[in-house]
Amino acid sequence: MADAQGEGLAVDDVSVGYGPVRALRSVTLEVPPGAVVAVLGGNGAGKSTLLRAISRTLGFHGGAVTSGEVRFGGRRISGLAADRVVATGICQVPEGRRVFARMTVADNLRAGALGATGSRADKAAALRRVHELFPVLADRAHQRAGLLSGGEQQMLAVGRALMAAPRLLLLDEPSLGLAPLMAARIADTVREINARGDRQVSVLLVEQNAALALRLASHAYVLEVGEITLHGPADELAGSDEVRRRYLGVVDETAAADATAVAAHAPVLRKWGGDA
Amino acid sequence: MSDVSTFLELLLNGVSMGSVYALIALGFVVIFRATEVVNFAHASLLLAGGYVTASLHDDIGFWPALGVGIAAAAVVGAAVEFLVMRRYRGHDHSVLAIVTIGVDILLTTELTRRLGTDVLTLGDPWGDAVLTVGGVSIAHTRIAAFVAAALLITAFLLTFRYTSWGVAMRAAAESSETAALMGVRLGRVSLGAWAVAGGLAAVAALFLTVFPTPGLERATSLAALKAFPAAILGGLDSTTGALVGGLIVGVTESLATGYQSELAFMGRGLGDLAPYLVMTLILLLRPSGLFGTKELARV
Ligand SMILES: Nc1ncnc2c1ncn2[C@@H]1O[C@H](COP(=O)(O)OP(=O)(O)OP(=O)(O)O)[C@@H](O)[C@H]1O
Ligand SMILES: [Mg+2]
Repeated sequence: MADAQGEGLAVDDVSVGYGPVRALRSVTLEVPPGAVVAVLGGNGAGKSTLLRAISRTLGFHGGAVTSGEVRFGGRRISGLAADRVVATGICQVPEGRRVFARMTVADNLRAGALGATGSRADKAAALRRVHELFPVLADRAHQRAGLLSGGEQQMLAVGRALMAAPRLLLLDEPSLGLAPLMAARIADTVREINARGDRQVSVLLVEQNAALALRLASHAYVLEVGEITLHGPADELAGSDEVRRRYLGVVDETAAADATAVAAHAPVLRKWGGDA
Repeated sequence: MSDVSTFLELLLNGVSMGSVYALIALGFVVIFRATEVVNFAHASLLLAGGYVTASLHDDIGFWPALGVGIAAAAVVGAAVEFLVMRRYRGHDHSVLAIVTIGVDILLTTELTRRLGTDVLTLGDPWGDAVLTVGGVSIAHTRIAAFVAAALLITAFLLTFRYTSWGVAMRAAAESSETAALMGVRLGRVSLGAWAVAGGLAAVAALFLTVFPTPGLERATSLAALKAFPAAILGGLDSTTGALVGGLIVGVTESLATGYQSELAFMGRGLGDLAPYLVMTLILLLRPSGLFGTKELARV
């Protein structure tokens, strides 16, 4: 790939299997430099599998890429070990946060910097930046990470990933299990990480919370049972009937009214009423 | 000799032996934390280190020989990791534990063949000198053992706590996948763990074979086995547990042996048995050992 897009992340026709289970089929997607791209999909769609294929951690789950390749910055990364992928500038925040519960908050952040290639000064700057984004992590520096609240753990997981000063951040359902207010805070931070700073951080965001993801992203893909079924600019997708019905629920009032009306008259639903 | 000074002597000897067991148990725990593998080959690493020191000290002097012995045991440990453990592609840690039994048999057979019926001295400078203070006597070797173990353990804990290597080690111990996502090289972590464990075992070999023990012989690996109950009763994944476990085993063994005659109703050889009795009791009360951790995470 010689065009400018080749500098970002390119997932090219990738299929993944966990033994006989085919989890991804010919998935192709791109994250241009500096962009926020979202992948939407329900449970078991293959979202985490996609991120594992990029970060090269499928092996921990007994899975493998069976065809296709992943490139980052024009370089093929689908043959590398997980730690080498980190060295190319990709960092993943795993699903369910996975902070090191027995280590202190400060040590979790140090662990995040283990894969960083920069100097001591770069690491100190990264830490300052993380503390700026999440002041609570500075306050709780010496507390065990396992004792933080869910939202604080998510901040720690994101902060830890930022310690490696990544050029691409992979986020696996960062809003999972968080109250709406906390989810919104995380979303703000993602925007801030992407927008500010001396180096541009692109973001590949995997979410079930489509409303939140579509607000953040410039471009989105819809993943269903291992295949990309839709993709396009985020606002276009947000407007499409398909996405509104399946991932956003019924949002505007006329549609909501329609829906209630339909429900009231639908004989099919009566069947489940219980009185028959 | 008064009762009090007998008791004190037994206690001091027990603490000294305990600190040596703690060195062995610490290596055991380090490997377990880094790789989740129970290393049954640990006693043979110890024997290898001791053997190298014993064969070299006449030619190059004690301290260099000890250095080479430590390095050799570290290399043997690293080689086991690199040549055997790393080749396994599966995910079942109990398979690897059984593999270490095979490695142990291989190494121990070769070393005992070389040793034959010999009892080798390691050429230590302390000999059979004894220090007596206020009616309490203790061998110089036991003082040296305690000081050396205390220094090494302190150095280890500081490293574990403050260096990047320590952070990588602890991260990998909690979740190897997440550690890999942070860029930790898991292969290096486990190689380092095996090498450190080997080095610590070689130091322990020295102090298991000095006065009043006659020297390095086949049975030395049996003495090393006492570190297993130490590691297990402390909690296999806890460094603090290894230290406390080592001390408990050392003191129990020393007291049970010293008061053997008073405890004759329990049969002979109580000193050898006592560590296992204590381990069993503790595991009945606390199945994950004294300091073994159940997850602390909020789920
Ligand atoms: N270790 C595994 N072994 C076998 N199959 C697996 C494994 N992990 C995932 N799968 C299967 O692969 C498919 C995709 O799973 P994946 O975890 O990627 O989904 P997901 O979109 O992240 O779902 P969720 O929103 O629930 O996290 C599912 O059908 C799942 O059952
Ligand atoms: Mg998932």
